[in-house]
Amino acid sequence: MKILKVIAIIALVVLVGIQFVPTEPNQNDVTPQTDFMLVNEVPIAIQNQFKVSCYDCHSNNTNYPWYNKVQPVAWFLENHIKEGKAELNFNEWENYSDRRKNSKLRSIIKQIENGEMPMDSYTLIHRGAKLDSLAKNEIINYMNNLKIKN
Amino acid sequence: MKNLRILTVTLAIASVIFTTTSCKDNKKEQNNVSEDHSEMNNDNSDGHHDEEKKEIAMSGNQDGNAESVLKDYFSLKDALVSDDNEKAKGLGTTLAKSFGNLDTSKYSDNQKTELKEIIEDATEHAEHISESDIKHQREHFKILSKDITDMVAITGTATKLYEQFCPMYDGGTAWLSTKEEVRNPYYGSQMLKCGKVQREIN
Repeated sequence: MKILKVIAIIALVVLVGIQFVPTEPNQNDVTPQTDFMLVNEVPIAIQNQFKVSCYDCHSNNTNYPWYNKVQPVAWFLENHIKEGKAELNFNEWENYSDRRKNSKLRSIIKQIENGEMPMDSYTLIHRGAKLDSLAKNEIINYMNNLKIKN
Repeated sequence: MKNLRILTVTLAIASVIFTTTSCKDNKKEQNNVSEDHSEMNNDNSDGHHDEEKKEIAMSGNQDGNAESVLKDYFSLKDALVSDDNEKAKGLGTTLAKSFGNLDTSKYSDNQKTELKEIIEDATEHAEHISESDIKHQREHFKILSKDITDMVAITGTATKLYEQFCPMYDGGTAWLSTKEEVRNPYYGSQMLKCGKVQREIN
């Protein structure tokens, strides 16, 4: 019984302890000139949808939920965002070569078509991020037109 | 009771210190890993240089580096033809490394830029292939094939190649092969012979 108490206390202490570990928030006030929305004429509806459905993990600015204040959730999110930005960062769009833009566009279209993005674990909490078939079609059509012909 | 409180406080401080320092260590380790990685790549490139020299000695005038990229690409294609997801994963990693070793120094500035873009794009596809299921591997292989075709247009190759085309896969898709007979990497056993030769290179 005493041991159980000690374990519980240690667990609590660790849980409290990790709350003090700093994370680096993915937040920036300035949108770079290379941003997808700035270099393309994106219809407002799609802009808004992208901000809600994609930009939290695929740009330099995350609109954090309250539970990001709690560890180890914050670590989990930090990791997710890091991975997401490595795959595709809409803020860096104009820095991609035409070849890579086409690759990215293709992947975006495929993953939206197949419902792989936005991820289920994300839309579970961010209900507004979920794309209905109308929004999907709109985005896919728009992205298809952005492909650079060669 | 007082003792317990002191114990809790000490533990709290200890755990804070522990977690922060261990976090830093992690970061350091990551840096080390990436450094090691680049060293490893360098080593590899040296290895490839040796091979390149050998190949040049053997067949005279060819770019061993581009040839080794092609060699890995064809192994990957064969793995996809035989529906071998695991093998294709391993070969994706190998191919990504070969791209990293591709020496572009002897090309013109324009060619260098284009090769750099090709390498960047193709490496990403190869890396994805190394961690995906076979359906995704084939999606990436499509673009990879285009990258490789564009690369060959610049680097050339000593081998005779066949550009083959399958009208069924994703609105029509091409790939390269060293053999004239069609073995379809996008469908594998499901439709092994679907496609035709649309162009011969060399």
